[in-house]
Amino acid sequence: MLRDITIGQHFPGDSALHNMDPRAKLVLTLVYIIMLFVASNPIGLGISIVLVFGLYLLAKIPLRLIGKSLKPIIPIILFTAVLNVFFVTGESEPLVSLGFLHIYREGIDYAVLIVVRIICIIAGTSLLTYTTSPIVLTAAIEQLLRPLSKLKFPVHELAMMMTIALRFIPLLIEETDKIMNAQKARGAQLDSGTLMQRVKALIPVLIPLFISAFRRADELAMAMECRCYHGGEGRTRLKELRMSGKDVWLTVAAVVVFVAMGMSNFLWK
Amino acid sequence: MSEFVRVEHLSYIYGQGMPDETIALDDVSFSIEEGQFVGIMGATGCGKSTLITHFNGLNRPTKGHIYIGGEDLWADPGDIRRFRFLVGLVFQYPEYQLFEETVYKDIAYGPRNMGLSEAEIDQRVRRAAEFCGLSDASLQKSPFELSGGQKRRVAIAGVLAMEPKLLVLDEPAAGLDPEGRDTILGQIKAWHKETGSTTILVSHSMEDIAKYADRVLVLNSGKVAMYDETAKVFARAPELLELGLSVPEVTKVFLQLRQWGLDIPVDVYTVPYAVKTILAAKEGM
Repeated sequence: MLRDITIGQHFPGDSALHNMDPRAKLVLTLVYIIMLFVASNPIGLGISIVLVFGLYLLAKIPLRLIGKSLKPIIPIILFTAVLNVFFVTGESEPLVSLGFLHIYREGIDYAVLIVVRIICIIAGTSLLTYTTSPIVLTAAIEQLLRPLSKLKFPVHELAMMMTIALRFIPLLIEETDKIMNAQKARGAQLDSGTLMQRVKALIPVLIPLFISAFRRADELAMAMECRCYHGGEGRTRLKELRMSGKDVWLTVAAVVVFVAMGMSNFLWK
Repeated sequence: MSEFVRVEHLSYIYGQGMPDETIALDDVSFSIEEGQFVGIMGATGCGKSTLITHFNGLNRPTKGHIYIGGEDLWADPGDIRRFRFLVGLVFQYPEYQLFEETVYKDIAYGPRNMGLSEAEIDQRVRRAAEFCGLSDASLQKSPFELSGGQKRRVAIAGVLAMEPKLLVLDEPAAGLDPEGRDTILGQIKAWHKETGSTTILVSHSMEDIAKYADRVLVLNSGKVAMYDETAKVFARAPELLELGLSVPEVTKVFLQLRQWGLDIPVDVYTVPYAVKTILAAKEGM
């Protein structure tokens, strides 16, 4: 069950998307999210759906994974959709009236709009992590934020913290899985009972997990000191990030699609 | 003797349908008689640990069946907890699962989950603690004050206290010094003898397997490579070496002696047996 979590997971590959400059990928993903909110019409959203699906195909990532990454937030999606259907009021006559509840055309429009937006945001950002290894991603963030170091902002330290945090996610998931298995083997009931019982049943998992997290943090700090880590000053990279010709073309193509998404507002009345 | 564990065409695939799907177990079949001591060995990543988590239903087979005491483990998935008490599983580095305030409470965690009476729990905790060489005084200590080796014993005692019919241990002696290693494995063997529980020992150490196991199961990339009596498995030394495994040092010596033309058996895998063989050979000269 825990290993089904796909957030932040990376699937190595050799597609144009995998090899693209992570800085470009990161910035384009951010712009994509902004454009999802700019384009509030069926054409724009249509384009954004086609774009994200097309990119999954390009990256050779199975489309099933979109479903998998959406699974945990289905309740949120349903909740916002229902909220929109019932509480957005329009100027025209309501389509359906159930006592004090009125459903307007606008409500349904908004509901569809918000559902598509959420799905596209999740699918798009997941694609970024699926195709980019955490180490490369943090390197990109560090480079993009470098101008801030002029203002004495600890860019390198922040990037290092993010790298370590990302590195620890799978580790801790694995560790949790192991400890849960061990306690289940001793008869722990983790997935049944009342809320109070469940919280209590988690203690045998949480205590060893915390202890092991601190132990690992300690060991990592020691290992870093042994290799004379002293922060970002004067530190060089093994792999410098460089935009290739292919990356430029992909970026230009993405920008064109984004412009189309924005322009669609003028086309749709 | 009757059959106690039966594994039929067991396959297990990690992350099925994902880009990183891996076949951990591939059509594994074997059975274990009641009261036997079986060693499982294989190179790292051959599926040993995946296999043992199937015995008490922590992993559900992708394909195939497992029978414990004649009952299909997954006949009723809602009833799987029953098998957790029938099959005791000691994981690798079990000392990292300790969580209670005192050693006593930690050992009592399993029996308490079984819903036993306080008197029964107390009796079981003390018995398991004694078997694992834990003194009465240490029972009231916090498990986090203990040394690594002692923590390991507490964790093993926690599983023994459940008095499982099938005891499965994954590298119980990993990372211990030679003395600690012999003590822990000796205690497990003693437990096996006294309670007659069927025992499975996963180990990388050929010496340990040779010393304690009646039968040996060799896994290689998710498949059963060999499953036979200990002597017969170690007699196939060249094949074992090819699988990235080894044979006990004493077996290596005997293989070399045979190559030099001495007429001695190939299935020598423990030191006492080796001594006997050498003496017999000397008399024959």
